[in-house]
Amino acid sequence: MMSAQMDAAQVLTGAGLDALLQVLKSRGLRTLGPKIRAGVIVYEEIASVADLPRGWTDEHSPGHYRLRRRDDAALFGYTVGPHSWKQFLHPARQCLWQARRDGAGEQPHFEPEPSDAQHFALIGVRACELRAIAIQDRVLLEADPQYRARRRDTFIVAVNCTVAGATCFCASMNAGPAVSDGFDLALTELTTSSEPLFVLRAGTDIGRAVLSELPRRPASDTEIARAAARVEDTAASMGRQMPSEDLPQRLLRNLEHPRWSEVAERCLACGNCTMVCPTCFCTSVEDSSDLTGTQLTRTRRWDSCFSADLTYLHGGSVRQSTRSRYRQWLTHKLATWPQQFGTSGCVGCGRCITWCPVGIDITVEASRIAAGESG
Amino acid sequence: MDASTIDPMRPRLARVRSRRRDGPQVWTLEIDAGPEARSGFSAGQFNMLSALGVGEVPISFSGDPTEPRRIVHTIRAVGAVSTALAHLGVGATLGIRGPFGVGWPLAEAVGQDVVLVAGGLGLAPLRPAVYHLLAQRSRYGQITLLYGTRSPAEILFRRELNAWRRRADLSVEVTVDHALGAWDGHIGVVTALIERAHLAARHTTALVCGPEIMMRFAAEALAAALIPSESIYLSMERNMQCGVGLCGHCQFGGLLLCRDGPVIRYDRLRETLRVREL
Amino acid sequence: METIEQIISSHPLFAGIEPAYLHLIGGCARNVHYDPGRYLLQHGAPAGEFFLLRHGRVALELTGPGRGTVTFQTLGPGELLGVSWLIPPYRWTYDAKAIELVRAVSIDAACLREKSEADHHLGYELMKRFMPVLVQRLQAARLQLLDVYGAGR
Repeated sequence: MMSAQMDAAQVLTGAGLDALLQVLKSRGLRTLGPKIRAGVIVYEEIASVADLPRGWTDEHSPGHYRLRRRDDAALFGYTVGPHSWKQFLHPARQCLWQARRDGAGEQPHFEPEPSDAQHFALIGVRACELRAIAIQDRVLLEADPQYRARRRDTFIVAVNCTVAGATCFCASMNAGPAVSDGFDLALTELTTSSEPLFVLRAGTDIGRAVLSELPRRPASDTEIARAAARVEDTAASMGRQMPSEDLPQRLLRNLEHPRWSEVAERCLACGNCTMVCPTCFCTSVEDSSDLTGTQLTRTRRWDSCFSADLTYLHGGSVRQSTRSRYRQWLTHKLATWPQQFGTSGCVGCGRCITWCPVGIDITVEASRIAAGESG
Repeated sequence: MDASTIDPMRPRLARVRSRRRDGPQVWTLEIDAGPEARSGFSAGQFNMLSALGVGEVPISFSGDPTEPRRIVHTIRAVGAVSTALAHLGVGATLGIRGPFGVGWPLAEAVGQDVVLVAGGLGLAPLRPAVYHLLAQRSRYGQITLLYGTRSPAEILFRRELNAWRRRADLSVEVTVDHALGAWDGHIGVVTALIERAHLAARHTTALVCGPEIMMRFAAEALAAALIPSESIYLSMERNMQCGVGLCGHCQFGGLLLCRDGPVIRYDRLRETLRVREL
Repeated sequence: METIEQIISSHPLFAGIEPAYLHLIGGCARNVHYDPGRYLLQHGAPAGEFFLLRHGRVALELTGPGRGTVTFQTLGPGELLGVSWLIPPYRWTYDAKAIELVRAVSIDAACLREKSEADHHLGYELMKRFMPVLVQRLQAARLQLLDVYGAGR
């Protein structure tokens, strides 16, 4: 474990954070981080600390999200928006291959793979998101070379959450709010005034190497204690929780629970929950060719268990009803993912609750269904 | 080859070496994947075949696993991709990825009687198992092939079935749902053949492939003939897309059928097969 | 030479039946044989007997104008032919043709119905043995109706 060989904590200021971005850029990494766009906090390319949502926080409830001003200048004083890092590591659309035919009837040949492999530095990765990346690693790292190539050189700057959203439940998923491993550098924000202030630790050799290039000073015991206390307060103020005891078996014993039909009456089968989910990985491929049939392309795009086509089998879909698709989504996350990949598929980030247009709450549905029909 | 250098999503290009019609809308293609092609497959595994520019579908091997250089697939033209594949002419190019999945438990069945229960096109994925069993005939006990299909005109691999029927070391029974005219074989469902087959329940391994409804009834008939569910295997079909368990399409409860299957032991399926729209 | 009672008791339909009932049933039974192509029973005719098939196969057929003859089931040794004798109006609902030389035991329906009225224990015993066959054939008919081997919908 990284935490076992925990390095001495350092203190970083706003200038230090800017220096961090510059060091990462100088290493050829694209620095990606939080930014405000169209009233939400998204993850995009960031040039400097000035791009970060300074002094903003976010307000969550089922089907509801708003940005609000904070009364301080915190740079990471919010939780998570509709984006997750999977859009970079497991992109929504990607070309799997292209082939050309030099003339009609000619044998096509594959075009060489583009060698523009991008290397990312992810800035502001939350504990739940680190867990989500670890979960997608289990699904994709071995089987998908493109994912492996992007993931291999990804530099991760994690941030301990100092605020919990009303739809957050990472504590009950044992996924946060404190980061434990899987990061190169981890920050805890202590900003109060206009000058940003962070307690910082390295988790890997490359993290230590980057850290050594930054303007910093050792953290005092008081600062370390304040940082720890902030994260503990976050854990204590989680908006929601997921029942934990024996959840997979209890859900699988209740596949015919009437609650599935009730939730299906509200569910629009829009697939928003799967798009915002940081672990959902389902994809479909599409083949296309140009009008002359000389250029052939296979594209992979995100798909969703809420789409009828996902289970299409000569003549019809296996999962025709919304009930069966919602059941697939929830039981996959919480019950069958462990059988398939050895971990839960849920990290407790709450995005599916916030971004559901009708406010369906996975923690409520799972509790009701796992309680059984007499519950 | 080093796993890290192979992209499992990238097909290799192959050509149709020969093509023959094996039933209404059904064609069997032999595919030449070139000298560098990885050869060999286990009976029950599948390939992803691409009609270039149209799409890709999972198709089971239907050829002889003891001839690893020959890649044979039997395809029913039902959708856009399978129709494009089935109509490829000799010499035409297609894409091929695989082999994928877990096949029939032929090593585990050594020393046992084996009953193969096929429905419709489900005979194609079972044919490699028949080849394997016949190639190693002395290692198995009684071998029984029970095959049900819609009508006499839709019997697959007819000439080969007739040849197998003449063998003394293989028992073949074919039934059709209905027949007009000159058919003098069995008429009725394939489960009736199971009831009549007098299987030695305690040392029989059953391999079942066909439409899911047929497999459900066949497995129940095999269980009623006292074959333990740990000795019954079904080849499950879902919309496999990637073949390596990363696209999510072929989930069946906790199973990823492209990776954990397509052949799955009945005791792992019995409960979930009852759940609608799983 | 096997007695008719021995033949009946060795048929799966009556496996393990009590000797007293076997005796009653045997009293209504006779051996029959049909050459290939001959009809054992015909649609609409009175269902005056049923058959325990011992050798050879039988095709169950329905014929419609312009549609020809459709065989919907074949039966063979160890199987039962004929259940319409159990329920009024006691008439056959299909034709049954010997495909090969058929040897069978024919059991007189009126005789057995009369004995069952007199001894309801015998009637109950018969019902328990005929019911599974009926249910099995109903399930098979459903499966055929589903046309599961088709290329999707």
